[in-house]
Amino acid sequence: MAYDYEKNIRPGKLPHIWCPGCGHGIAMKGLIRAMDTCGLDKNNTAMVSGIGCASRLPGYMDYCTLHTAHGRAAAFATGIKMAKPEMNVICVGGDGDGVAIGGNHFIHACRRNIDMTYVVFNNYIYGMTGGQFSPTTPTGDKASTTPYGNPDPTFDISKLAIGAGATFVARTTAFHATQIDKLIVQGIKHKGMAVIEVLDDCPTTYGRRNRFRSVVDMMKRLKDIAVPVAAAGKMSPEQLEGKVLTGVLHQEDRPEYCEQYTEVIKRAQAQSE
Amino acid sequence: MAKKVALLQGNEACAHGAVYAGCTFFGGYPITPSTEVAEVMSVELPKIGGAFIQMEDEIAAMASILGGALTGAKAMTATSGPGMSLKQELLGYACIAEIPCVIINVMRGGPSTGMPTGPSQSDVLQARWGTHGDHPAIALAPSSCQEIFSETVRAFNLAEKYRMPVQVVFDEIVGHMRERIEFPEPGELEIIDRTEPTVAPEDYKPYDTQFGDVAPLAAFGSEYRYHVTGLNKAEDGFPTTKAELVDAEQRRQIRKIEDARADIESNEEYQTEDAEVIVLAYGSTARSGRYAVDRLREEGVKAGLFRPITLWPFPEKRVQELAKQTKGIIVPEMNLGQMVLEVERVVARDCAVELIGRVDGEPITPTQIMDKVKEVL
Ligand SMILES: Cc1ncc(C[n+]2csc(CCOP(=O)(O)OP(=O)(O)O)c2C)c(N)n1
Ligand code: SF4
Ligand SMILES: [Mg+2]
Repeated sequence: MAYDYEKNIRPGKLPHIWCPGCGHGIAMKGLIRAMDTCGLDKNNTAMVSGIGCASRLPGYMDYCTLHTAHGRAAAFATGIKMAKPEMNVICVGGDGDGVAIGGNHFIHACRRNIDMTYVVFNNYIYGMTGGQFSPTTPTGDKASTTPYGNPDPTFDISKLAIGAGATFVARTTAFHATQIDKLIVQGIKHKGMAVIEVLDDCPTTYGRRNRFRSVVDMMKRLKDIAVPVAAAGKMSPEQLEGKVLTGVLHQEDRPEYCEQYTEVIKRAQAQSE
Repeated sequence: MAKKVALLQGNEACAHGAVYAGCTFFGGYPITPSTEVAEVMSVELPKIGGAFIQMEDEIAAMASILGGALTGAKAMTATSGPGMSLKQELLGYACIAEIPCVIINVMRGGPSTGMPTGPSQSDVLQARWGTHGDHPAIALAPSSCQEIFSETVRAFNLAEKYRMPVQVVFDEIVGHMRERIEFPEPGELEIIDRTEPTVAPEDYKPYDTQFGDVAPLAAFGSEYRYHVTGLNKAEDGFPTTKAELVDAEQRRQIRKIEDARADIESNEEYQTEDAEVIVLAYGSTARSGRYAVDRLREEGVKAGLFRPITLWPFPEKRVQELAKQTKGIIVPEMNLGQMVLEVERVVARDCAVELIGRVDGEPITPTQIMDKVKEVL
């Protein structure tokens, strides 16, 4: 299928700020393909982000775009959706943005099951600020603030989303580029909170401090750790050690928040008549 | 037809004022002594098809109203003390991105958890300087339940007209006091809506200076698509670090309020014409001030009351004029000296300036004010 990338972006805003080899570009292309596939009305679609390298994405997209403050994308997006439920709302942002400073908003958006699609670009690090560890930086790894190795345990963002109540949760990696758009399409079509975690890479601040000599090494790692959910069932716990499951990890039907609030409006109006 | 009247708490009056002003979106988080504002909004908004949402914290509440406001809704949040501190970063976001919204701060003692049920006026400088960076500020300080209603309406008008956050700050005393309220008829109080663009969508710039210092604001979900960021930006809304553009944008934002002082400022003066001493007080403290002025006049003391209803921008011209005709200005406030600093700044050496500061959770009494006046004379 041919995709119309140009139609979805603001060509005048390129080149983007990302470093050569940054996985965010691959993830963004996947997101564009997904939006193109869904044929979303550009005037009626808001793209909301926080702060970070990943969060610069909306500026390049020809939609109603909102680059908020660090961690707050889900909360701004919730306001948009509640005030204008007919709008499509897509959030994008990094691991630090989404589940460190923004963790509270993230889990509560999941809990409400508000109809939006949240794409997390998880590069395991705070890229924009020069490589401090994030809640997903593997324990033991080096970051600019873990010079002796990271003592922190990590979050599994997808599991966090499932636990918090998101009704569509999927994961893939920047290596599996064509899967990115397929999963985001499913997320956009899903009614309720959809979280798509895209594992990607930050060669500049994470790769060079750790065991990766090149972007290719980082891509190889993404390829090696990914295990499709279907395949995982046939694998032993030992074989699954150090792997991450990819594909649709969770999907359920649960009342969506704006629809629930429409019922509140009906009850309030019935009572005040 | 007789007007609808009710016995309402200040906080309740605030919520009704918001609905009268056309507010359709409220995002909040409970905190004493502001919670009743949220409670009434949760009752009223769904009745008119608006939206009330209780968010996970005050930061989220502030974020939600900014999102809501960008879709074209008139949006409000309400909080107190610790909650107001949490909102500061996004208050700055609303300033730089020029998003109209109203923030109610029912002031309680602080810092930190302080005195949740004690009245205070200790957030008045925070209302001006709480968020980081240079930015304009509008803060209104009503002193009765009726005025809370009308000033909340005015807060929405100013927010929409000047595209910026407007704070309504009142102390716990007026927030929780009950008074008779007359509901204005529809149309009785002026209601201002934001200016929407009329240019072709491809020509739209969210900070277009060809329309003066306040550009029309399009709603998300309309035919206009644009970008909003908290970074310094050019007229088209996209980030820039070009020195001259950043400078021009920053100065324009300050200027849009400085040049509109006459429209924004609002004061009440009582017996000031021949006053030898002036009590400058706001919020519930002004009620003690007025009582004190009456008693002092009975005793033959030429006292007057100057009550700024608009705290920010501070009515500096008028205070300077008054300073030239009086011997002293007494500033009673439930803090250890905040607005008094502004009074001292604008008055310079034209008259004596005396603070009555109180932070024990008790209101400032007329007797305290009368004693201080006599001391100055
Ligand atoms: C309130 C606040 N705290 C800290 C920062 C500094 N900051 C900017 S981006 C960032 C981390 C971004 O990391 P992530 O979200 O993972 O995005 P990435 O850059 O890796 O794509 C931090 C800490 C900020 N802008 N605002
Ligand atoms: S610092 Fe890392 S995350 Fe940021 S653009 Fe460069 S490679 Fe990408
Ligand atoms: Mg990151």
